[in-house]
Amino acid sequence: MSMILFLIVMVIIILAAAIYAILQKDLLYAVLATGVISVILSIFFYLLQAPDVAITEAAIGIALTTIIFIITIRNTTRDEDEYTDNHVEKFSKKK
Amino acid sequence: MMEFSEIFFKYKDLISIAVYGTAIMLIIIGLYGVLLKKHLVKIAIGLSIMDSGINLLFVAVGYIQNGTAPIFSPGHEGDVAKMVDPVPQALVLTAIVIGFAVTALALSLIIRLYKHHHTANIDQINSLKW
Repeated sequence: MSMILFLIVMVIIILAAAIYAILQKDLLYAVLATGVISVILSIFFYLLQAPDVAITEAAIGIALTTIIFIITIRNTTRDEDEYTDNHVEKFSKKK
Repeated sequence: MMEFSEIFFKYKDLISIAVYGTAIMLIIIGLYGVLLKKHLVKIAIGLSIMDSGINLLFVAVGYIQNGTAPIFSPGHEGDVAKMVDPVPQALVLTAIVIGFAVTALALSLIIRLYKHHHTANIDQINSLKW
């Protein structure tokens, strides 16, 4: 019975994190939500008797993917709906 | 002729059912992000979520009820029939690393596009339109 409760909580957390990652306007929080998805995913891999896949998912999904996404956000914009028409006009005038 | 549900519940248990539902929902959510979002980083996030869902689906296909991890240890050489299928696990182990490489390539292209167009919105990157 406790196993059922544990599974329900895990499924709710992973689906809520996925929906939050898609709908959040602030991209930094969206990327951190994908890290939460990877944590729960590695627990699922361990429950499915795949410990090697769980270790790899934990290392790559949590650390490396989050780091490269944060580097990209530093080099682009953090806000999803940033008003960039000025940039476009400046760019087209320069041309 | 057994019914489908009878065969399913003979080899798959509760963990498997929860994981199948989760994997399909993750694929649907990631597909929504890839198709309907305008920001390039959001599209990369949707691609990453869809990748995770597909990996989870593959591992769930190889699982059997009350199975053990496919590792030979001394004293347990006769338990081959109880082991879960190791082939999807090996494929998924490779697919995780390839997915990381694909995400890194996509993000580097996004940085180059932003440096060139000063925007990451796909509606405003229209240099190839005429």
